Amino acid sequence: MSAATNTTARQGFLALELDGDGAHPAAWRAAAHAPAALLSGDRIRATVLAAESAGFHAATFADGPVDAQLSRPGVGAAGRLDAVQRAAFASPLTRSIVLVPQVDTVFTEPFHVATQLASLDYVSGGRAGWLVSASGTAAEGAAVGRTAVAGDGLAGEAAASIEVGRRLWDSWEDGAVVRDVASGRYLDVDQLHYADFDTEKFFPAEGFPGAGYSVKGPAIIPRPLQGQLPVLVPAELFAQLPDPSAADAVLVSAPSTELLATEVAELRGRLDGAGPAPAIIAELDVVLDARGQSAADRVAALDAHTPWHNPRARYVGSAEGLVELLAEVLAAADGVRLHPAVVDVDVEELSRLVLPALRRRGTLAPTLVDGTFRDLLGLGRPANRYTAEREEGERNE
Amino acid sequence: MSENTEIGSGFRPSGQLQFGVFFQGVNSGTIWKAPEAGSQTDFESFRRLAQTAERGLFAAFFLGEGLRLREHLGRPHALDVAGRPDAQTMLAALAAVTTKIGLVATQNTTYNDPADLAHRLSSLDLLSGGRAAWNVVTTDNAWTGANFRRGGYLDHADRYRHAEAFVETAKRIWDAWDDGAIAGSTAAPGWAAPDSIRRVRHEGQHYSVDYVPRLPRSAQHRPVLFQAGDSSEGRDFAARQADVIFSAHAKFDAALDFRRDIVARTLKAGRGANDVQIMPASEFILAATAAEALEKKEWVRSLQIGPRQAIAYLEQFWGRELSSYDPDGPLPEIDPVVEETSETRGSGFHGAKARQLADQWRAEAKDKGLSIRQFVSAKTSRVDATFTGSYAEIADRLGDYARAGAVDGFNISPWLVPSGLDDIVNHLVPELQERGIYPTEYGGSTLREHLSLPVPVRSADASPVSAASDVDTAGDDIRLELAVRSQQL
Ligand SMILES: Cc1cc2nc3c(=O)[nH]c(=O)nc-3n(C[C@H](O)[C@H](O)[C@H](O)COP(=O)(O)O)c2cc1C
Repeated sequence: MSAATNTTARQGFLALELDGDGAHPAAWRAAAHAPAALLSGDRIRATVLAAESAGFHAATFADGPVDAQLSRPGVGAAGRLDAVQRAAFASPLTRSIVLVPQVDTVFTEPFHVATQLASLDYVSGGRAGWLVSASGTAAEGAAVGRTAVAGDGLAGEAAASIEVGRRLWDSWEDGAVVRDVASGRYLDVDQLHYADFDTEKFFPAEGFPGAGYSVKGPAIIPRPLQGQLPVLVPAELFAQLPDPSAADAVLVSAPSTELLATEVAELRGRLDGAGPAPAIIAELDVVLDARGQSAADRVAALDAHTPWHNPRARYVGSAEGLVELLAEVLAAADGVRLHPAVVDVDVEELSRLVLPALRRRGTLAPTLVDGTFRDLLGLGRPANRYTAEREEGERNE
Repeated sequence: MSENTEIGSGFRPSGQLQFGVFFQGVNSGTIWKAPEAGSQTDFESFRRLAQTAERGLFAAFFLGEGLRLREHLGRPHALDVAGRPDAQTMLAALAAVTTKIGLVATQNTTYNDPADLAHRLSSLDLLSGGRAAWNVVTTDNAWTGANFRRGGYLDHADRYRHAEAFVETAKRIWDAWDDGAIAGSTAAPGWAAPDSIRRVRHEGQHYSVDYVPRLPRSAQHRPVLFQAGDSSEGRDFAARQADVIFSAHAKFDAALDFRRDIVARTLKAGRGANDVQIMPASEFILAATAAEALEKKEWVRSLQIGPRQAIAYLEQFWGRELSSYDPDGPLPEIDPVVEETSETRGSGFHGAKARQLADQWRAEAKDKGLSIRQFVSAKTSRVDATFTGSYAEIADRLGDYARAGAVDGFNISPWLVPSGLDDIVNHLVPELQERGIYPTEYGGSTLREHLSLPVPVRSADASPVSAASDVDTAGDDIRLELAVRSQQL
């Protein structure tokens, strides 16, 4: 069930994308630090603490190859730290903000990804999520000796990786670490399960569109604190997943701010009645009037360095206007993810003017105190797929 | 202690020792049955150990890795601690709550992709301000491979050839950015200077890499390289590639022999006699007096190897159930099953050798009058790697190691989590400092500085190749590829 769907006064959450210096490719020119300082722990500390103090519910960390046009002057940052590690580094520095790295599913090892994300859940005290990506570009493939993946192949790889993750996260039941001194057993082996994932069995009818593989399991780490980490999937990918219930949240984009609420409502309509609906998170680029400059002038100045082409809806204007827009979108969506044009400039304005106004209106869900990402999404603790099976077996003995 | 402690071959003992802490996570050495034994997965256990180590000026915090859950007779092994977080994810979190200590991730070369692993290690290195290291391990068995896309694809004999090509590729990835690659100010023409980042290509037997590295060098230039693996090939690999060997030879005479062997191999590899450091795995059981320490050892051993662990240990080698045998009785008369026995740490043990081993062990136990439990306790207790005694006595013994240059330090496995370093840091470290053989402050802010390692020479790649303009630098790329092909697998 999605967050707060039953309450009359809907409350939503706000996520903030913290990648690089901001969503604009020339953001580094307006950053409050020397360019090289971007790739440091200090930078993560500063930005994630700013996001948490501002009252954002979640921070996301984009990943993937950076702009390959490295030798052309005027392009954006060519460096990027691993997203899981950025989220892990942010974990012990924060208490309430949810931390969601973007992790590829096409050219990665599903077993490693599942282990890393489960580990992130441990270091963050249950505040981790997984933003699934599947871009399948030739450049990403060449890095690991594979070729580009497109079309059905992308959704196939994503679905397979998510399933591997979910099975491994259940492969230790919650009570598997028994530490039973009397019997001398640290583990109860009956509560450990092979994942036995096989692409051939997982795609019996249509066949797996890529190079098949299998994952044995069990996991090498106990079940994550949340049981299952929330899985976030972009709408285009979500539409192609063989089983939509693989996703806990869907990220929805629109070509303009005017269409954003409509797009969200349409998706909600399509999802209604089709089993437990994932949460809907709307995507929005944001540029605010700041430091005596209008938002439009700020964009123009940055665009003069590097033009900003982006299919996402973009809000350019005053803080008051953004408050109105967010209130409207949050009436339809469970959450909104903001992509600030320049982190160092826009987050300050968001913190000073936008979030307080939304809180005053009662539009924002309270931030978590010792809660989990699942709590924020209104998801209960998930049953373990193997526990019921085992208990059934035990009853029949 | 041996008479002749001279290493020779131009090796100069530093007279100093460094400590590392090895949080293993899957082993029988970590006690879980004592009430003070904490969680093996909660972040607080890791934070506590890392911060205690940092208070004790430890050079490094190590995490082990096993990419398949340990099994016993075809089912997960139930009796020892198991289940641990991913090394690099945990270390990235620890980087935020520590400021000096080195962060070492044990990572496998067989079931990782070079570009991905090199990138993640580079991330850890930058996040931690130049404190990352990679403990290179080569576990190659197909049993572990069952968790990965490739499956078990690598012949055991090829593990180090593969590892070497992997490490060479990683080094090129780490060295791909020129020092001045990133703009010095926000007014520069571009974020990265043109032609300051080299594309890395490698065509190998098992994988190919064509990658534009995403990160610059760190404050320590690139991650420090540790190696753990004791075969002759493993030692030669370390002599060519590693900064530090995480060894299995802690006993004084064995440590001296190992040092001599490594010095010889290092010289043969064209490096200096002091270029590869050695830190053996070790365990410390300490108290104010020798008598108390011995008493403590009894207690530690009884909790490490209980009756069921003793039987299970033999079962691994016998390849069959032995639960009907009395742990306090003699070793089983029944013979081992002659087929591949269960794999625990990934090293296959074959039944053909098992019968021979069983005979040998039965004779040994009979000779010494040991029960199953006593025998297994002696076998598993790392007798060679355990230092038991009073703080002062052990500090004196470690002084011998420092003076002879037998080792450069010790990688300590605490038998209790998370309090297992407390007495070492509170009592042993000051004794060592008084003797002038242990640091009294950190030597800098990077791991390379703590270990006094030289700045690494950049990998000898061709001149910078523009990453973007494949067309106009095609000539360079081809030259680069040829150069690389000539040294590949
Ligand atoms: C002290 C020590 C600790 C080790 N720890 C690990 C570990 O945590 N994970 C792992 O996969 N291999 C570990 N190994 C290394 C593997 O045993 C080694 O890479 C593999 O067995 C092949 O190397 P070899 O044939 O040269 O021994 C360790 C080795 C030593 C000596």
